[in-house]
Amino acid sequence: MSADATFLTVDGLRLVAERSGNTVVNDVSFDVKRGEFLAIVGESGSGKTMAARAILGLLPPGIRHAGGHITMDGTELLTLAPEPLRKLRGATIGMVFQEPMVSLNPAMRIGAQMAEGLKLHTSLSELQIRERILAMLARVQIRDPQRCIDAWPHEFSGGMRQRIMLASVMLLKPALLIADEPTTALDTLTQGEVLDLMTELAREQGTAVLLITHNLGLVARYAKRVVVLCKGERVEMGATDQVLRAPIHAYTRQLVDALPRRSPTIARTGTPMPLIEARQLSVSFATPKRGWLGRSGTHVAVDAVDLTVHAGETVAVVGGSGSGKTTLGRAMLRLVPASGGEVVFKGQPVAPRGAALHDFRLACQLVFQDPYSSLNPRQRIGDAVHEPLRLVPGMSSAQRDARVAEVLDEVGLSGFGKRFPHELSGGQRQRVAIARAIVRRPAFVVADEPVSALDMSIQAQVLALFQSLQKTHGFACLFISHDLAAVEQIADRVVVIEAGRIVEQGTRDAVFDAPQHAYTRALLAAAPVL
Amino acid sequence: MKLRANALIGGVLIGAVLVVALIAALWTPYDPLAIDLMSKLKAPSAAHWLGTDEFGRDVASRAMAGAASSGFIALFTVVGAVLLGTVVGVLAGFVRGWTDRLLMAVNDALLAFPGILLALAVMVIIGASRVGLVIALTLAYAPSVVRVVRGTVLSLREKEYVEASRMIGNPEWVTMVRHVLPNCIAPVAVLATSMFGWVLLSESALSFLGLGVAPPAPTWGNMLSGARSYLESAVWLGLAPGLCIALTLLGINLAGDALRDRLDPRMP
Repeated sequence: MSADATFLTVDGLRLVAERSGNTVVNDVSFDVKRGEFLAIVGESGSGKTMAARAILGLLPPGIRHAGGHITMDGTELLTLAPEPLRKLRGATIGMVFQEPMVSLNPAMRIGAQMAEGLKLHTSLSELQIRERILAMLARVQIRDPQRCIDAWPHEFSGGMRQRIMLASVMLLKPALLIADEPTTALDTLTQGEVLDLMTELAREQGTAVLLITHNLGLVARYAKRVVVLCKGERVEMGATDQVLRAPIHAYTRQLVDALPRRSPTIARTGTPMPLIEARQLSVSFATPKRGWLGRSGTHVAVDAVDLTVHAGETVAVVGGSGSGKTTLGRAMLRLVPASGGEVVFKGQPVAPRGAALHDFRLACQLVFQDPYSSLNPRQRIGDAVHEPLRLVPGMSSAQRDARVAEVLDEVGLSGFGKRFPHELSGGQRQRVAIARAIVRRPAFVVADEPVSALDMSIQAQVLALFQSLQKTHGFACLFISHDLAAVEQIADRVVVIEAGRIVEQGTRDAVFDAPQHAYTRALLAAAPVL
Repeated sequence: MKLRANALIGGVLIGAVLVVALIAALWTPYDPLAIDLMSKLKAPSAAHWLGTDEFGRDVASRAMAGAASSGFIALFTVVGAVLLGTVVGVLAGFVRGWTDRLLMAVNDALLAFPGILLALAVMVIIGASRVGLVIALTLAYAPSVVRVVRGTVLSLREKEYVEASRMIGNPEWVTMVRHVLPNCIAPVAVLATSMFGWVLLSESALSFLGLGVAPPAPTWGNMLSGARSYLESAVWLGLAPGLCIALTLLGINLAGDALRDRLDPRMP
């Protein structure tokens, strides 16, 4: 067969939700050629995951196939009996999932998990299986494969687990690899490494890759062709370059426009006042004992950091996962106890407890990463936004109600006060979280990855909202993120942190245009851009 | 719609038990304690709707009177165990540290005893009476509520909305009452509904051992245990209290599920 031969064809696929009768995927067609790299792009609810799952007959309960065909090498997959379909899974079509933390069985050693597929689909001996696994682990750059075989999943970081997942899928040399948001849970550096590895392996083995993602940057970097889905319908398909440079459909254009861009530098007049300072701030955690008789060690998450945030400015803290950026943000808010150094707010050191801390709390706020867990599911939106005001002295109840209405209006949610969090979308929830943070007119807000759990176009809206609120109310912001594109859009200054230490800091333009430290350069190189 | 029907059935069953218990306080067809050896072990008839027992006492009257005492014991025990267990569980889970260690050490020690043995020991100390039974069974069943509540609180306290509450400047107890406690309702409700059944059966076991409600007074539990020796000759003796217990539990479970869903804003 020629290298260009079509391997898998999805033709007029239609999936419906049984209960509501809603169409989840409507008349979607695309094809995958042997060894090609195809991306399916869409936002949450676009049906991209469902379309991919239908290929392997892995639709969740309640979703029914209602029309169309999926053929692989001339075999109709949708009507295939369970037994032959099971033989295809893993052997011919492999799948890597989004969440590396839960896709490996925590009660099974790595080696045993990797051997499962080989035992099912091949007749290799135990020894041959072991050799293959060792070779594959070495191939995905796992240090010490011998030890890894006998290790448990919890001993590895998210990035390492995703490599192991990839290794165990690629062991079977499938003809097609379906990767469903494989790196969404990883930081920028690890994301680049895992995807590079995936591309190399696929090329070596001649495996076609179907990458499902919402990240256009990744599509631009890795995929040859791209299918754009919107609300269950295919709106565009074509060569990546063409689709991204000259999108035809309005929705694709909207997606491309939603990518964060560098906003013009805001000239600040006069000498800025330092608002909050971290002076030699350190945080360390006790690490669990090793073995029965081991000692517990200490892990230094933040190591003697000096950081100043001036009134009204946005400072971005950038680093990979585990770099200590989140801990730094929480330590500056005194949410985690510092093991050394101090936090100075408006010239006064902040006490770790007592009335001074309470006053400090009234002036500072935090916006969390995950809008799904940062709102109390049993509290109405209006009550959640109202709650911070109860502690403001001397505010009448009418004033409070007026303020809540005003802030909900500012974040574009007027009239939502009586709703519960589960009745809102992720973007709306994050707006509520922002409203709750700014309702007391804080002087300082820490935003911990506030948009990384959101869809691209929603990210752009929330970032824009954040910027306009900052312009109106003039609060200073510590913006913690691994997403350099978002940082580039809203930061005045950038601080790069690695292993708890600041390795580089400067104005946004200086850091992005002329990075000094090797780690900064690596971060910038790994950031997917169009 | 199915949910509504379940709630309705559950409500009707519980309502029926309550009405019967109230009526029993004023009127029963016969005196539930009156012995009539002339008409003992009679099968159900027009005179004795549910038959008579080995002493010729009217089973229907005893079942009605039993509804009052069994219902009293079960209701107060479950409410007591849930309140006590929730307070201790939330304290242990939220305050952590030494409070947690101390409370949980005591709690685990209590859990290590079979509930019935614990209740027995308590009954021996405070003496056999209805109130004594309620106290004993409360102490026997609270530890499992403590476990469930503490576990839930431990996972809830790591939620970001709890941290957000702290960030707002709320004192710890406000955070606990407003953000942690309401989210414990679901698991506690599940536990409470199943606890009704255990309590009714434990009450019968204690009564059987002579430590529950003193013999002539009827409860469903001691009626059931009394009926054991006559299961072959007089089925109705066991059937009446058995069905009463089964239908009450069914009602409580249906109504409990409906109530839990009603209290959860996430349910449609």
